[in-house]
Amino acid sequence: MGQEIMERIREANEAVITGIDDADIKHWVTIYIMGKAYRVPADITLMQAIEYAGYRFVRGAGCRAGFCGACATVYRVAGDWRLKAALACQTRVEDGMYLVQIPFAPAGKPAYDLEKEPPEGSVLLRYFPELARCVACNTCTKACPQELEVMDYIQAALRGDLAAVTELSFDCIQCGLCSIRCPAEIVHYHVAQLARRLYGKSLPVPEHVEERVREVEAGKYAEEFERIMSLGREEIEELYRKEQREKGGLKSGDASRVTRNGRGEG
Amino acid sequence: MERLGYELAELPRWNCCGTVYSLSTDDLMRHVAPVRNFVRVQEMGEGRLVTLCAMCYNTLRRSAQFVSADPERLQRINAFMDEEPDYRGGVEVLHLLQVLRDEITFEAVEAKVERPLYGLRVAPYYGCMLLRPRGVGIDDPDRPETMELLFEHLGAEAVDTPHRVECCGAYQTVADPGLARERVAEIVGAASRRGADLIVTSCPLCTYNLERHQLVAGDGRGTGARHASHVSRHGIPVLYFTQLLAFALGVPEEELGFADAAIDPRPALSQRVGG
Repeated sequence: MGQEIMERIREANEAVITGIDDADIKHWVTIYIMGKAYRVPADITLMQAIEYAGYRFVRGAGCRAGFCGACATVYRVAGDWRLKAALACQTRVEDGMYLVQIPFAPAGKPAYDLEKEPPEGSVLLRYFPELARCVACNTCTKACPQELEVMDYIQAALRGDLAAVTELSFDCIQCGLCSIRCPAEIVHYHVAQLARRLYGKSLPVPEHVEERVREVEAGKYAEEFERIMSLGREEIEELYRKEQREKGGLKSGDASRVTRNGRGEG
Repeated sequence: MERLGYELAELPRWNCCGTVYSLSTDDLMRHVAPVRNFVRVQEMGEGRLVTLCAMCYNTLRRSAQFVSADPERLQRINAFMDEEPDYRGGVEVLHLLQVLRDEITFEAVEAKVERPLYGLRVAPYYGCMLLRPRGVGIDDPDRPETMELLFEHLGAEAVDTPHRVECCGAYQTVADPGLARERVAEIVGAASRRGADLIVTSCPLCTYNLERHQLVAGDGRGTGARHASHVSRHGIPVLYFTQLLAFALGVPEEELGFADAAIDPRPALSQRVGG
C-alpha cells in the first residue's frame, strides 16, 4: 500500500518533458551525479534530472513538494567555490552542477519523556550539552534550504529561550543539512524539535480545543464518523466534491482533476 | 536603568560571546562569535556595547583589542563571515559598572536612591575577569574601588575583604569542585569574620560558585578549609550588584529575583534596611 502511494506520487511528479522526444528539447545542461556526467534537459528539478539520468529513488524522495525534507542535496557549481545545499525536488538544474544526495543525516536523538520534563530552557542543555560548543560560525544557516536563521535558534537554545527557538525553527523540515555541516557537531533539528515540544507543552490548551475534545468524547460525531468510514472510495470522492461545491472552493475544472486516478495532472 | 534616566537597547540577534574559548590567540574561528556581535552593534548605528557580565565583558573587550591590533586578522574573519557586513573595528565594550561610574556617575545614582541602605554591610567581590589583564580591567587590579564607591553612594557600608580580587575557582567547579569549595570557603570566611551582611558580585559564575559552595560547605563535607564551620553557621547571601542597586532605587522587591537566591538575602536586607 505504502509502495503504491509512493509510486503514484512519483508518477505525478514526472518531468514536464516526459513523453516528449529528446530531439524536440532545445536546451540541455550537463550535471555530475556522484562524479559522473549526465546530459539532462534544462529547467527541470534536480530530482527529475536524477530520475531522467536513470536513477530510481528508494530513499531520498518523499513528498516531492518541499515539505518532507527527504531529498537533501549538496552541490557545487563549476567555477564557484561555495558548497551549496538544496532540496532536490525544489531546485532547478544548473549547468555544471556536481551533486550528491544526503538522504539521511546520522544524528543521535536522545530518548526523553516529555511528560517528565519541565518546559524549561535548561532541559535543552541537559540533553544536548554540545550546544555550548557553538562558535557562531553560521555555517548551519548557510546550509538551510528553508532559509531559516538556524544559528540564531541555536543561540536562543543556548540561553534557554524556548519561545524564540520555536518561532525561528517552525518551518524546519528536518532534512539534517545543518547538522552535517556543523563544526561543533550539534544536531540542530533535534534540539529545535525538543524545544518546540517543550514550548507547546507550556502553552495553555485553547478553550475551543477543550470544547471539541469534550464533544468528541461525548459521542457527538460518532454517528457521522461511522457513516463516512462505511463509504466506498467513489462515494467519498463524490461527497468531497459536493462539499467543495457548496463551499464554492472547487471550480468545475478542479473536480475533474480529482477523479482522474485520484491524481493531478501537474 | 529607566529610573536612572539612561536607555539601554537590547542588541538584536546577539549570540554568545564564546567565553574563554574566544581568548585563544591561535584560533581565529573562536573570535567569530564576539566579532559577529560587534557587527550587530555596527548595524544598529551604535558604537558601544554594554554588558552586565564580567566574563562577557572580558571576552568581548579582549577580542575587540585582538582584532583591532592586527588588520589582517580582522580581514580574515570578515572574509569568513561573508554573509555579514564587514566589521570595521572601533566598537567599545563597557561593563555596566563603568557606565554607572563614568557616564551616569555615582552622585547621580545617589540622587535617585529611594531606599538608602543605611547600616547594611556589603562585601564587594570582583573576582578576576573584571580587573585583569591591565589593559582590559575597569579598575586597579589590586585595589579596586568601583563597587565600594557605588555601595557607599547607595548608603551601605563597604566591607574590605582580603580575597575580593582573587579567583572564585571559576570553571574548576566542574572539573575539581573541591578546589572551588576551598576558594569559596576562604572568600566567604573572611567576609563573614569582617561582619558582612551580603557579598555582592559582578560575575554570574562567581555568584554561582559563592552560593553553591557555601551550601556544600554547610554540609561539612571535605572543604579542608579553616573557616568551613564558620561559613556554615552564617551562610552569607550573594547578590548581583544590579539587584542591590535596583533595591536601593526602589524597584519592587518581587521583581528582583530574591526568591531564586540559594541563600535568601531578604532577612539581611529587612533586618538592616527595614525592607
